[in-house]
Order: sequence, then structure tokens, then C-alpha cells
Amino acid sequence: MKINIDEQEIEGKEGQTILEVAQTIGIDIPTLCHHKGLEPYGACRLCIVEVNVGNGWEIDTSCTRPIEDNMRIHTSSERVKKFRKLNAELLLARCSDAEKVREAAKKVGVEETRFPKKNLDCILCGLCTRACQDRIGQSAISFVNRGWERKVDTPFSINSELCIGCGACANVCPTEAIKIVDEGDTRYIDYFNTKLKLQKCERCGKYFAPERLLKRLSSEDVPNMPKNLFYLCESCRRKEQMRKLLLAK
Amino acid sequence: MELKKRSEVISRLTEPEELITLRNKLKEKEIYENHIRVCCGTPCRSSGSLNLLNKFREEIKQQGLNEKIEIKQTGCVGFCQGGPVVVVDLPEQKNIYYQHVSIENVPTIISSVRNKEIIDDLLYVDPETQERIVSLDDIPFFAKQKRIVLRFHGKIDPTDITDYIKLGGYKALPKALLEMSPEEIINEVKDSNLRGRGGAGFPTGIKWEFTRKAEGKKKYIICNFDEGDPGAFMNRSEMEGNPHQPIEGMIIGAYAIGASKGYIYTRSEYPLAYNTLQNAIDQAKSLGLLGKNILGSNFNFNIEPFKSAGAFVCGEETALIQVIEGKPGEPRPRPPFPANKGLWGKPTNINNVGTWANIPLIIQNGSSWFSNIGTNRSGGTKVFSLAGETKNTGDVEVPFGTTLREVIFDIGGGVVEGKFKAVQTGGPSGGVIPEQYIDTPIDYESLEGLGSIMGSGGMIVMSDHTCMIDTAHYFLEFAHTESCGKCVPCREGIQEMLSILDDIRKGKKRDLNLLNELAEYVKETSLCALGQTAPNPVLTTLKYFKDEYIEHMEEKKCRAGICKNLISFHITDACECCGQCAEVCPQECIEEGEEKYNINQEKCIKCGLCQERCPYDAIEVI
Repeated sequence: MKINIDEQEIEGKEGQTILEVAQTIGIDIPTLCHHKGLEPYGACRLCIVEVNVGNGWEIDTSCTRPIEDNMRIHTSSERVKKFRKLNAELLLARCSDAEKVREAAKKVGVEETRFPKKNLDCILCGLCTRACQDRIGQSAISFVNRGWERKVDTPFSINSELCIGCGACANVCPTEAIKIVDEGDTRYIDYFNTKLKLQKCERCGKYFAPERLLKRLSSEDVPNMPKNLFYLCESCRRKEQMRKLLLAK
Repeated sequence: MELKKRSEVISRLTEPEELITLRNKLKEKEIYENHIRVCCGTPCRSSGSLNLLNKFREEIKQQGLNEKIEIKQTGCVGFCQGGPVVVVDLPEQKNIYYQHVSIENVPTIISSVRNKEIIDDLLYVDPETQERIVSLDDIPFFAKQKRIVLRFHGKIDPTDITDYIKLGGYKALPKALLEMSPEEIINEVKDSNLRGRGGAGFPTGIKWEFTRKAEGKKKYIICNFDEGDPGAFMNRSEMEGNPHQPIEGMIIGAYAIGASKGYIYTRSEYPLAYNTLQNAIDQAKSLGLLGKNILGSNFNFNIEPFKSAGAFVCGEETALIQVIEGKPGEPRPRPPFPANKGLWGKPTNINNVGTWANIPLIIQNGSSWFSNIGTNRSGGTKVFSLAGETKNTGDVEVPFGTTLREVIFDIGGGVVEGKFKAVQTGGPSGGVIPEQYIDTPIDYESLEGLGSIMGSGGMIVMSDHTCMIDTAHYFLEFAHTESCGKCVPCREGIQEMLSILDDIRKGKKRDLNLLNELAEYVKETSLCALGQTAPNPVLTTLKYFKDEYIEHMEEKKCRAGICKNLISFHITDACECCGQCAEVCPQECIEEGEEKYNINQEKCIKCGLCQERCPYDAIEVI
């Protein structure tokens, strides 16, 4: 498939998105809700571009739009830049303290916003919910409420029985709103009112991973991880593996 | 609702000839000379038409007139402000229209039928000529319409399939299934110039062709009956009044597209329509018009009604699909379009109730008959919900190309009070069209050219008692609460726009350029049609009524007397000191003075109750 991005002719494969093709030729399109390990979502709207497939120029998000033969794309036309700026101002008003939001806004030329600050900690990008649902397969968290009241939460905002405490949500969160704290025998994910029991290392007695996470992993075929090592902490596990390796020699 | 199952005694039809025989038999059995039809659509029910129906039945039974007078419930007759409406057929005079009928009128109506008389007091009075009009067909509201989609509304009992069959329903179905190929049907629909009645106006035949040509064995069709615009009720009337017409259209469409399953997506707010629909599907199934080998054609098709919780955004086709799949009602990006990847990832065709209801007409009468009605680019008629400040309100069906003036003044009778100011089409997605464009023909392109949209058919008429900033705020607030919240422009952008409008309503100065900038941004960059059209009420009012915006901010004045922060109530010298205003005031802030009553402005909450109550028109808004 031949497409034209910013007057550059380029070959792309069917099924690729505009964003993917643009990245291969070094065009930097800002985005906050995109992650290459997750399904495209199109919520933050920062990655908008102008697209023309023969019916005039229209605005669409490059992360969700698959390329088509002879598609023409403008990634930084005046129209695109104008709308991206306004978009960044609105995101900045929502989460003005988040480093990644400030960075993304700066990239499109916005350092201050004309809109009243809301001081919220979540931009509703959906990375955490997609990670939890599509990749981890737990669906412990999801969007609740509608419109301006929308937020990410567990059902009924109470301790989740489904959460395995894997931390994928915190890992992908661009605003660092979700924090994971281990104290004693408990893992706390306060953002979701959730706490989980930690497993004690069978050898050294240190609490090292949520019980539910280990249970889930033990039911799956994890490469290079014999079942007898499941309940050892990381350092004891390494020691044990080394010992076996040496014995074998 | 009372569900009749008369069709259960009629056996399953296995070939077209049996359907013809059944129709002939039903016609032969017609023994009644006199008919009384009680409108039992939602609006008439709310004013007590079910009690009327029962009373009629009781009286007719008591007087032993069961063989002489047929009493029947019908769907919405269409002239809602006359409710409860009763239509009477005498041998010499059909369609006698009685309005505002009460229980006490029932015996009078029955004896008038026996004596072949007409009750003058219950007839409609033309406000222009003061003449009493006997026949429904002569009332200007109906006389100037062209009712083809609503051809049987008010005539058939929507709970009885045989009524539809008797009048000629299900005639298009055997023709389509046994005499036409799927391609021929698609071409016929294409040639008819039928365009999507849901609002966007996409050519229906082309849409069908996409899904027909899409790869995949399993395909679906969906009837979008998620009518959610404030002030719109035409889809509800269409379904409540004659559910079989869209069902017949769906069976034909499914055959043309190659779908074996159809869904009708409706909302819990429409319980009567849902029950009518469910009953209609059951009856069609028991007659073999749905199910396996329909009328011996080897074509199998079934319909399942789907009741949702009702959210405006679910009228958007991808959000609607998500909900049927059991997911939250949020739109997903297009492409891929439902024609290629729709319900459960399979090719899916979605059309509005109104679109499906047109299909039997096109197949039965031919595409050229249909395309001759309307304009070059839009064939047929459109049903509108005429509401707001017109004298006549209800369902209005007119050919495309009819002007706004004809609908608002000739059919709607003009505004009740004051002067016509503007008309809002397309609900929260549409725009406000001012008086200078009143002669615009109604079609997709003309309305879009004015910054509004055709939409699904809501038409709200406004007089000079309506404030344009308040109107824009009302519709935007609707979009604000109905937005799913997925994308930034629709969630955050609309909220900022709303806060600007709110300030202007209070007379605060705000930057109109910023409002315009936000509106353009939300329109261009939102994920789905909800956000893409939500700024239309703001953009059109800014375009046509900018002086009102400036007046609010600069002069702190609301000329329509609506925006509470900018108005105050005063008692004039016309006051006769009757004290009724003080009685009704919830703030107890009206006190008797020496020559007249006075309002304590500090305590007044501007509810307007005093003004409504005053018998001397002595309370004015400044």
C-alpha cells in the first residue's frame, strides 16, 4: 500500500495504522492514550492528523485509522496544530500536575491553559482498563459513570476480589495516579480501594508477591519456572536456580 | 397493554396464495358499518384514552351493539394536542374526528352512531375560520400532509396482525422474496433515492450493498429504534401505530442483504412500543412471516427485540452494537464500518425505524413511484415530530422539498403566542434556523447548508418568548450529560463551552471567539456523531443571533425574559389588590402596598408563578 505522509511517499502494510507508519519514518506524533501492546482506543485525541482518501480533508486519530492505498496525510497542518493545542489545554486543565501531560502539551506548544484547573489525577486514557482487561484478562477495573463524571474504578468502588495485584495498571498510567505500596504482608492499591495479601517466601520469610498473582501464574505455563520455585522470593529463587545449575555441572 | 392473539387461530402460511386467501377472507368477514376508533398512542393514553376504550366496550356490550359497532384501539392518530382522540366511521361519513373526549361523552357518541348523527361540540374548530370540521382529512393539520409511511396509523389495531394484512400489509413481502433477486431489491432501493431517516441521510441502497458484498457467511441487520432526541417522538408513533410495516421492511432487507438475524434496538422509556413490537413479532412468527422458509421461499429470518436502558449516545451505530454485545455504550472508531465489522465482528446493516418502514412501499409501488415523491436527491416523505410553540403539535409527514413555512404555518398553524422566531431541527445535533430562512425546502443538503441537520425528525418551533442563549445552553447541557465521556473534545470541550454559556446567561462577559474556537474543535475532532454535532446549536445561534449574546453581556438584558439573572418581576398600576400573587408566591415575598402589591426583589426567585396567576396581567418582566 502506497501512502503519502507530509508529502513523503511511503509503503505500508495492510492493517497498519497511520501512527505506526509515521513512526517508522521518524515522524513524531504526540499521544497519551496509545501503547503498542494494547488495542488502539482514540480517546486523548492528541494524535489527530488530516486524512484525505479522495473525499477532501478530514480529521481523524492516527492511532485508530488504518491506512488505505493512496491515502494522503498531513500530520502537522495548521488546522491540526490548532486543534491539538486546544486539546492539550483541556488536558492540562484536567491534570495540570502530571508530568507526562505537561510534556505532551509542551510538545504541541502549550505550557499554560486558558481553562480553569480541575486538579484531577486521571486523564481517562483507558490504558489501565485495557491492560487489565485485554492483556491480564482480569477486568478488575473499568470505566464507571458517564460523561464528565466518568472515572476508572472497581465495581461499586470497593475492594476488588478480581484484582491479582499485578501492577499492570500502575505501570501504564501516564499520570502516575495509581500507586502500589507493599507494607508488611499486604499490597495496597489505594486508588482502587484494594488490598491484597502477600505471599511469604518459603525460604527467607520475606513477603514478596500477591498470593492471587502467584495462584494465577501457577495455573499457567510460565517458561523457565518450575512449580516448586513459585513460592520463593526473587533472590531465593535465583539462589536456588544457581545452586541447581552448579550441581548439574 | 392488552395483547390480542387473534392470529393464533389462523394457521401458519406456507405460500403466498395462502396470504392472499387470508386477506380476502378477512375482507369478506368485515361486517361492521360503524366503527369507533380510540387513539391509544402514548400521548392519548396519558390523557386517559384507555378508560375511554373500556367504557366504550362496556357500553356497547350493555346496549347489545356488538354486531353493529366495531370498537378498536389504534396507535397514534398524530394530532396529539387534541387528545384523547376518537375517530368514528358512519356508513355515509368516514373519519369523523372527535377531540378532548371524556368518559361522559361515551354514551353520547354511541347514541350518535346509532342515530347516524355528528356531535358538533366535539369537533375540531378551525381557529382561523371558527368553522367546525367534521372529517379528520379536512383538518388543515392533516389535509396538507402526505401520509404514506403513516398510511395505516389511526386505522389499524397495532396489536392485531390481521388488521395490517386486511388493509394490504405484507403485500410487498411475497413479491420481494419470490419474484425478486436480492440484487434487484437493492437496485430498486437505490433507484428510489431512499436515504437514511436516522438523520445522516446516507443512501440506503448503497448501505445495503456494502453489507451484501462484505465477506462473511453470518450477517446481521439492526433496526435503530433508540429515539433519544428531546422533543422527538416520530419513531415511537411509527412503531406503536403500525409495528408490522418496519418489520416487513426488515424481512425484505434481510433477504436482500443476506442476513439471517435481525435486532430491533429500543429503550426502556418506550414500554408501550416495546410490548406492541414484541406482540407483533410473536404474531408474525405464528403466521410464518418470520422464522424458517418464509412463505415457501427457503429464506429463514428471525427478529429479536432488544431493550436497552436508554442513552442518547447509543443511537450512534457503533455504540448501539457494543450494547447488544453486552458492553458499555461507547462508540468505537470507524473505519472499520459496521458493514464490514459490526455486531460480533460480523457484517451488519443498521437502519432507522423510519427507513425500514419505507421499504414495503418501495417494493410494492416501485422505485419510480417513490422517487417521484420528494426531491431529486431525496425520495419519499419524512415524518417529523412537530413540537414547541406551534398551535398544532404531533406527527407530520411531508414530502422532501416541502418548505419549513408550510410545515410550521400551514400544518402547524403558526405560533401560539407572540411572533415566530426560529425553528430547531435535528434535536441536540441540529441547529436553530431563523425566520429569514423559513422558505427553505426541507432536505438534507438545505438544512446542512444552514448549519443545522435533518436529524431523525425533531422539529421544535420557537417564538420570541424563547431566549437563544438559553436554547443553546439547553441542548448543549443535554449533550453534556449524555456524552459517554470517552474522548477529550466531547467530555472536556463541551463542559467548557457550557460554562461559557452559563456565564453569558448570567450576564457575565465571556470571549465569544473562544466559544467559537471550542465549538469548531469539538465538531471536528470528536470521536462520534454526538460530539461532532453537539456544537451545532451554539454555532447556529452565534451565527444568527449574535446580537442576543452581546446584549446579554453588554446590556445585561435578556429580550425574551427568560434568563433569571437578567430579569425582574414588577407589579404595575393595573394591580387590583386581589392578593392572589401573594398567595401563590413560594418565597412569600409579595406584600400589599398602599395602591398595589409589591415584590421584594431581594427575596424573589423569579419562578414566574405570580405572573401566571395574576388575573389582571399586572405583572411584567423587565
